[in-house]
Amino acid sequence: MLSLDLSGKKALVMGVTNQRSLGFAIAEKLKEAGAEVALSYQAERLRPEAEKLAEALGGALLFQADVTKDEELDALFAGVKEAFGGLDYLVHAIAFAPREAMEGRYIETRRQDWLLALEVSAYSLVAVAQRAEPLLREGGGIVTLTYYASEKVVPKYNVMAIAKAALEASVRYLAYELGPKGVRVNAISAGPVRTVAARSIPGFTKMYERVAETAPLKRNVTQEEVANLALFLLSPWGSGITGEVVYVDAGYHIMGMEV
Amino acid sequence: MTEQEIFEKVKAVIADKLSVEPEKVTLEARFIEDLGADSLDTVELIMGLEDEFGLEISDEEAEKIRTVKDAVEYIKAKLSA
Repeated sequence: MLSLDLSGKKALVMGVTNQRSLGFAIAEKLKEAGAEVALSYQAERLRPEAEKLAEALGGALLFQADVTKDEELDALFAGVKEAFGGLDYLVHAIAFAPREAMEGRYIETRRQDWLLALEVSAYSLVAVAQRAEPLLREGGGIVTLTYYASEKVVPKYNVMAIAKAALEASVRYLAYELGPKGVRVNAISAGPVRTVAARSIPGFTKMYERVAETAPLKRNVTQEEVANLALFLLSPWGSGITGEVVYVDAGYHIMGMEV
Repeated sequence: MTEQEIFEKVKAVIADKLSVEPEKVTLEARFIEDLGADSLDTVELIMGLEDEFGLEISDEEAEKIRTVKDAVEYIKAKLSA
């Protein structure tokens, strides 16, 4: 019988904020498959929740690191190196855009909002990949989370869509550069999931219903389905796949028209 | 469920999600101004209330829930509907 055994593998999951986070669902799956998991959270105010999540994972290592601060990222990877020796899997589940930038028109995006969204949501993948590179072992992988609005216009997604486009292009360039070391880099493009981050997007509940009506499977996807794809892409089962954006969206993106 | 029972449950959810002392959660308390919630906290709070009471609260409805009293009255109306 086939089974997935990741025992002995070390994973770092960045950007877990609560039990509904996609990052948390992925961390749970990694743990279930036998991997040792460390979590990182952005700021001190998120620590109480992060501690609960680490405990729910059977005592996962916990690090604080804000991806906009080089010294905090340096400390994170130094900590990971000390605790794990090396790293097999890196999960990047980080994005941010100021709310005002997702409420108005894209054309009116302010310079500082645009730069901040791109920095936190796209540059952060490069910043963590460059620090993870010396730690990542052959057969290892990086997975990040993106969204369809990078390709097609989703009203109000605005600067976050542009950040996701940059993120997806970064996945391809990182995959090219890390490929010779046997390290793969992929992005998961999930349909809407009821996470806290998603529900803070203006108009989310309406979008959630519309997607379920249009998608071939006539429903939305769950955190667990996203986590299953992450495990597939990270693990030896996905060993031939790199630089890819893989959809887990109940088929929504194949539709050319709403029905 | 009586209004008092709803209030007690709402209070417990708020104290947990916003990490505040239960006695600070009065009916008049506003989530952002009085209880220190940020925009993500308020979303988490709404989702916590949905779980606790088995409800779905749309974005438009959630926008209008700004105080503890708003939450209690909304839930009371929704449960008796």
